[in-house]
Amino acid sequence: MTTDAKLTRRLILQAGAASAALGSPGLLWAQSNSIKIGLIHPVSGGLAYSGGQGRLGCQMAIDAVNAAGGIKSMGGVKLEAALGDSQSRPEIGVAEVERLHQAGVSAYIGCFASAIALAATQAAAKYNTPFLIDVGVSDLIVSRGLKNVFRLAPGFGKCADDAIIALGEVNKAAGSVVKTAVLVHEESEFGTGTAKLLAGKLPSINVQVAEVIKHANPTRDFSNVALRIKGIKPDLVIMSNYQNEYVLLARTLHQQKVELAGMFSVLGGGFNYKLVKEQPQVAQYMMDFNHWFNPRDPKAIELKKKVEATGNLFTFEVYCGWNSVMVYADALERAKSADKDKAIAALESSRWSNHFMPYGETKFVNGQNEGGRAALLQATATDIDVVWPNQFASAKPIFPRPKLG
Amino acid sequence: MDLTILGAATINGLLIGGIYTLVASGLTLIYGVLHIINFAHGSMLMLAMFGVYYLLTIFGIDPYMSLLIMVPAMYLLGFLLYKLLIGRMAHGKDENILLITLGLSILIENLALMFFKGNTRTISVSYSDMMVEVGPTLVSLPKIISFGAAMALCAALGLFIQHTDTGRAIRAVAKERVGARLVGINVDRIFAISYGMGLATLGAAACLLMPIFYVSPTTGHVFVMVAFTIVVLGGMGSFLGAVVGGLIVGLTESFGGLFLGESLGQIGISLIFILILLFRPSGLFGAKR
Repeated sequence: MTTDAKLTRRLILQAGAASAALGSPGLLWAQSNSIKIGLIHPVSGGLAYSGGQGRLGCQMAIDAVNAAGGIKSMGGVKLEAALGDSQSRPEIGVAEVERLHQAGVSAYIGCFASAIALAATQAAAKYNTPFLIDVGVSDLIVSRGLKNVFRLAPGFGKCADDAIIALGEVNKAAGSVVKTAVLVHEESEFGTGTAKLLAGKLPSINVQVAEVIKHANPTRDFSNVALRIKGIKPDLVIMSNYQNEYVLLARTLHQQKVELAGMFSVLGGGFNYKLVKEQPQVAQYMMDFNHWFNPRDPKAIELKKKVEATGNLFTFEVYCGWNSVMVYADALERAKSADKDKAIAALESSRWSNHFMPYGETKFVNGQNEGGRAALLQATATDIDVVWPNQFASAKPIFPRPKLG
Repeated sequence: MDLTILGAATINGLLIGGIYTLVASGLTLIYGVLHIINFAHGSMLMLAMFGVYYLLTIFGIDPYMSLLIMVPAMYLLGFLLYKLLIGRMAHGKDENILLITLGLSILIENLALMFFKGNTRTISVSYSDMMVEVGPTLVSLPKIISFGAAMALCAALGLFIQHTDTGRAIRAVAKERVGARLVGINVDRIFAISYGMGLATLGAAACLLMPIFYVSPTTGHVFVMVAFTIVVLGGMGSFLGAVVGGLIVGLTESFGGLFLGESLGQIGISLIFILILLFRPSGLFGAKR
């Protein structure tokens, strides 16, 4: 009994000593040697697909940074993802900011939806934590004077301006075939705002707006809309709808054999590889002005292959998330610290250019990257090409589209 | 207004009404017998549509051929769901069934989000874009097929209920549960059969819808409110009511869109709902209780 008791005490002492010598410092090392990044995406709820894609891009970038030796100026410290789910709801996005703050994150990346981004960035501003917007196009996100908010991708205003320039140039090169347009938009802020903005700018490229058609969400049948468009006989249909209605409207116009020079959208909800894969005849020749990678950059092609090897599509959410992690990692390298003030100062002076987007050098002005731009895309029967700006184009636009048989 | 457009809007309204009828017929059957609103109706439709999608994309089975699989599969799912879950947890109370179906719909939708993700899926088959000239307008062939099938299905359901022993038992249970039990009808089994039949109609609806529509985990919401309106308009438990109600709602939506714009046009459906509840709560063909 006595021997056993002594052994037990000895064992306890040994275990305690071992823990003090190895275990606890080990824990402290792990805590101080990883920089936590809070990823707040809507991975459940209506926006789950896009949120999941954004999270995938961020996680792949974090793994890539760590595999390349971590943040070298800080002795190879690793990045660590702290996962959050906004459940496609702004109030949950805010709650996730608070939870991840308690978990000790040094920065946040998110949020896909503008409404969630607006609320979550405001919550993060209380703690002066850097917040990188991977996707979220509302210009309000970077115009509220929040010093902690940075967006690499272009905002909605810039996208609309560039879209009009792109459409004007493509149309002019085709002999100004497009003279009239019908705008079909969904009834919420996204569709209504886009339609209003575009309707105001189209006359500047000599395109007159023949009619603006608003529809509800959900709309189950677009036959009557197609009929009205057929009656108006516009040269161009400009669509501004969410994914479901985007696909349904495009399909109905195709079925109803509506003769058009082109179908065009800005940040089109349903314009993606899935549409091309599932409805190639509908998608072919459709044009969208959206976030896209530089198809001439080998880094983009390499990452595309890696993402596709995981069974996922290389959608814009993936590479916008990837680039947000990378620009933050670059700021950490230069700041040599995860201190929030120092990281924000490093982001403010960022001149990062090791990306694969059709952007120039990064330059944040009031949090918005002035070098960010979207591209004009056109679907073929099997793929999506960049057709504008010319220096990044992978194909020439087919415009006007061939007449229907 | 141009008569050509009016004619085309009428055709479009009738065809979309046929699709609504298809979705509403199962709902009216379940209400007619179980006297409960099946809140899981939309999510079950979505589940069936995903079934059709994967039968085509994985096994190459045409959506119309999928009828042979989806109708019995959905019947079986409904029958087992009632036997193993709804019936056991209801403890004889209608309000319990209501809550169980509500819970089921939340569970199914979230599981669908987890497994299928939130992306919109469509299918393309050789006849997807086939159009038929009907008077002044081009009409999609799959829409005509789904309209015809919806009418045939409702007629078949009506005949089944009127002229078969099971149909008579269903009517007996719908009218007087205790009386039906006293004459030897297994009421619990009839409940399960009715729930199974309600879901089987959704299996058929899914096969007929997929060539013309899309599916995502929230697709059920797109149809379920319209289906409820049709059931209230036509009279709860009436197949003829589902047909007439479906066509009226389809036409209302079509003309509403034409005259008030596609955004405001859908207000007509809500107006019908309110007016029927105010002036004829039992619906056009519903029995007064």
